[in-house]
Amino acid sequence: MTTLNSRVPEGPIKDKWTQYKDHINLVNPANKRNIDIIVVGTGLAGGSAAATLAELGYNVKAFAYQDSPRRAHSIAAQGGINAAKNYMGDGDSNYRLFYDTVKGGDYRSREANVHRLAEVSGAIIDQCVAQGVPFARDYGGLLDNRSFGGVLVSRTFYAKGQTGQQLLLGCYSAMNRQIARGKIDMYNRHEMLDVVKIDGKARGIIARDLVTGKIERHSAHAVVIATGGYGNVYFLSTNAMGSNATAAWKIHKKGAFFANPCFTQIHPTCIPRSGDYQSKLTLMSESLRNDGRIWVPAKIEDAKAIQQGKLKPTAIAEEDRDYYLERRYPAFGNLVPRDVASRAAKERCDAGYGVNATGEAVYLDFAAAIQRYGSEKAKVQGLHNPSKEEITKLGEAVIEEKYGNLFQMYEKIVDENPYKTPMMIYPATHYTMGGVWVDYNLMTTVPGLYCIGEANFSDHGANRLGASALMQGLADGYFVLPYTIGDYLADDIRTGKIPTDSPEFDEVEKSVRDQLEFFVNNKGTHSVDYFHKKLGNVMWNKVGMARNEKGLKEAIKEIQEIREDFWKNVKVPGSLNELNPELEKAGRVADFLELGELFAKDALHREESCGGHFREEHVTEDGEAKRDDANFAYVAAWEYTGKPSEAILHKEQLEFKDIELKTRSYK
Amino acid sequence: MNLTLKIWRQKGPQDKGQMVEYKVTDISEHMSFLEMMDVLNEQLVAKDEVPIAFDHDCREGICGMCSLHINGEPHGPDRGITTCQLHMRTFKDGDTIYIEPWRAKAFPVIKDLIVDRMAFERIQQAGGYISVNTSGNTQDANAIPISKHNADLSMDAAACIGCGACVASCKNSSAMLFVSAKVSQFALLPQGKVEAADRVRNMVKQMDEEGFGNCTNTGACEVECPKGISLENIARMNREYLKASII
Amino acid sequence: MSGFLSSSIARKVAMALSALFLIFFLIIHLAVNLTSLFSEEAFNQASHFMGTNPLIQFALQPILIFGVVFHFVMGFVLELKNRASRNVNYVKYNGAASASWMSRNMAISGGVILAFIVIHFLDFWIPELNTKYVVGDMSGYIEGTTNYRYYEELQHKFASPVKVGIYVVAFVLLALHLMHGFQSAFQSIGFNNKYTSCVKSLGKWYSILIPLGFIIIALFHHFNH
Repeated sequence: MTTLNSRVPEGPIKDKWTQYKDHINLVNPANKRNIDIIVVGTGLAGGSAAATLAELGYNVKAFAYQDSPRRAHSIAAQGGINAAKNYMGDGDSNYRLFYDTVKGGDYRSREANVHRLAEVSGAIIDQCVAQGVPFARDYGGLLDNRSFGGVLVSRTFYAKGQTGQQLLLGCYSAMNRQIARGKIDMYNRHEMLDVVKIDGKARGIIARDLVTGKIERHSAHAVVIATGGYGNVYFLSTNAMGSNATAAWKIHKKGAFFANPCFTQIHPTCIPRSGDYQSKLTLMSESLRNDGRIWVPAKIEDAKAIQQGKLKPTAIAEEDRDYYLERRYPAFGNLVPRDVASRAAKERCDAGYGVNATGEAVYLDFAAAIQRYGSEKAKVQGLHNPSKEEITKLGEAVIEEKYGNLFQMYEKIVDENPYKTPMMIYPATHYTMGGVWVDYNLMTTVPGLYCIGEANFSDHGANRLGASALMQGLADGYFVLPYTIGDYLADDIRTGKIPTDSPEFDEVEKSVRDQLEFFVNNKGTHSVDYFHKKLGNVMWNKVGMARNEKGLKEAIKEIQEIREDFWKNVKVPGSLNELNPELEKAGRVADFLELGELFAKDALHREESCGGHFREEHVTEDGEAKRDDANFAYVAAWEYTGKPSEAILHKEQLEFKDIELKTRSYK
Repeated sequence: MNLTLKIWRQKGPQDKGQMVEYKVTDISEHMSFLEMMDVLNEQLVAKDEVPIAFDHDCREGICGMCSLHINGEPHGPDRGITTCQLHMRTFKDGDTIYIEPWRAKAFPVIKDLIVDRMAFERIQQAGGYISVNTSGNTQDANAIPISKHNADLSMDAAACIGCGACVASCKNSSAMLFVSAKVSQFALLPQGKVEAADRVRNMVKQMDEEGFGNCTNTGACEVECPKGISLENIARMNREYLKASII
Repeated sequence: MSGFLSSSIARKVAMALSALFLIFFLIIHLAVNLTSLFSEEAFNQASHFMGTNPLIQFALQPILIFGVVFHFVMGFVLELKNRASRNVNYVKYNGAASASWMSRNMAISGGVILAFIVIHFLDFWIPELNTKYVVGDMSGYIEGTTNYRYYEELQHKFASPVKVGIYVVAFVLLALHLMHGFQSAFQSIGFNNKYTSCVKSLGKWYSILIPLGFIIIALFHHFNH
């Protein structure tokens, strides 16, 4: 086991980033023209990085598997983006954002990275406003903020329920400007299938044109991976259908360490699944928890009656309802962090109190909020003795204004009116805190290979706070990577163009081609989805919200079996040289089948409960997660050696100099 | 429920396509339309046939990837949703459903139900941005107050997901709703006013070069738009264009 | 097409401006014709004025002709371009689900109106030009009398039930054309604001009342002849 060098600069935490920027090497503008950078993935992180690097003068090649960068799954983020602007004057500061993020991450993130994130958070908002992102404003024309789970201030900027979309369109427009200038070569409908290393450095990629099936070589002086998380290892998640871990996993196999794969976030407010045909889960913004109260029936017989469809939730008396979050966590109530809320829901459902036919759902009830807002509104309008109907009507209007689009979405999917009957929600895999290990420069363990956004492991520790993913993606892409990559590329100004006819390219292309040819020629018995669903089942049942040693060991074995079966029996119709979605899926699932095993292995080795990782063996007396700072305050970075089961563990010890390690309490 | 599907199959951009009939059985009314398509594709794979290619990704109505013309309407008969949000409860047992790709000269078919929407990309590249570098040295976000009214209108225009349903629904295959949404988003904000004239001229020029038809104000785009982008945006773009051309 | 009219929006604006001009013209035309319901003399006076006033004859009339021709030619060009923009048609296209019949069939209603205008030219305008500028009779009198010929001719034109039938059909199509065209013209020139609902209802009333006026005149003279 080697020690990992995180390359965190010396000095007090507040000055690290500033001093770092003052002392790094820069590339002069004339030389930037001679340097190529490949950016794989064009969501918030990749898009903002591609645009900024091109603005600086580098030649950027950007790759997206969709038909446009605008379709990356960053677009689905609803709630908002955090920034320590303190516009509300409620005591926010860079330090508080830093503190909240480290605490929210259950003390498993790197302090220096998180502080840098907090420092640049304000600039993101300035930048986005300048780009024309239409954030919500108040009547005075200034920016509005809302509060989010796990924090005590209002620092979340939002654009209706479509914040991710608007931020992505912002960096998409910045990219478009550079594409028009010829500084970004945009490769839509292209998928990176492997990285090419020359003399130990990342020097290019092999990509497949998804329309023609052509396998292409692209060279560059540095490669940036920004391909998002691996939530689809569960098959059912809130990720997009195409979201995959192939780029991240392929670089892992080429030497990039993979860190903390077991830190996966299960989001508490998703629409429960309705049947086996389900292809994905839909998330509803966490902001709903600001006004919705979460409950299940207090009596088991009521729960059973509801599950059988014999009882309506509205018929259950107030005293027979168990508002379990308010009961267990009086200080934060329904606004506890995501991991806590998700586990509490699972705990109730496992105990038999679930409220739909599958027994896997809890209520999110707006009746109280409707009455509260209705009464307030009635007062404002000067209505004396308003009737209950009037109050309800006024209250529903307020709720509609706040959450109208979410309520409409719910009604379209579930076919129930959430204004009249409580919503049903259940946790679903949403975000992966773990990912490719990177140092302070966001460089992986392979020189010249960078990893940004959700794809890396860096800033969220074991649990991410709401509205922080957008912040991290844009911080990495707009304000961090463009500096740190220059420091590396300063040595490359005399290298010249990297040729693609080298043996290294030949070799990687051959291996890529071999795998693709194997798939189309295998003529097996089962479709790719068959294996993916099997994997997802194992992951959800045994490596899901709560894990134990027995289950994890079984999971590792089962995943190995599924993988073996997959390589024998997978069936991919169609051919190589055409648009072939089944072939695309096959490659992705092949990687998930390896990643899943490492995931379980990591979860098995981490003998503590922290953040999104909950081990049933490690709980306090009242059932809360029990962290083990003495033994596990480190980042587990895994090195690939041929098989996931033989991956070697490297530890990056986490030091908390500015924040005292405390038990996270939301009571 | 049991359904008959008539689906456009086309091997590649240069090939001739045709409608092919398929039967699906035991479809749950709670399925989404694309889940029904998944079921069909699983059947085809099992029979060693090539599954039907269609664009889809987020399956929650925001990425704009899905693009099926269902029973004569983009995104099907329901309103305010994308194809992936359409649920089978909209149909009845025994229905025949026609599924076609978007049809427009500017959106050539790539395969089956997948079309090439690069025309939209080129229009955006022609001016769908505010020319500001991502240096982080911009002024404070609250330096320019923007009226809530205009900020909200701008947001409503910016809600466009670029799916192309406007073009698909329009009898003239006009892209005016799409282009006007972007033009409006920026025209309504002080930041966007600086290059408003160039933006609208360049984007309209590119739109015309792509071969989209002319707007005849039928309003079909607004009705079929999954995000409810308003025709007011087209009027605003017309104003902006006139202003830019005359002054 | 070069210059300003090379862009799609400019063409639409030009289309809208010519439409608004023609909408205005229809009011004048109807106003003159309506006088025939109340007073033969007033109609004759008005007709003579319109037919002989140099400003109207040599300035406004050419503009009108240009407007009519432009509107039709441009409409035709746009229709061709729009058809070309969809090279493969849908097998199933449910246009009625999202747009009115009127808005989708402006070319059909426009074509019928064009046919009517051709008849109108042959029937009224060319004989009128012949009388005034070829024969050189600017008096407006019935030959050999000092009575104006206009009212007489009007009544004569509406004697045939076939002609009146064609007339009625044409104006029904004009109503449909206007139902969409009126508010569409405002939209095209960029007028869409808080007054738009007024414009829309005004458009509805206009597109019903104006053609109805013409139809009533035709029927009145047909049955009162």
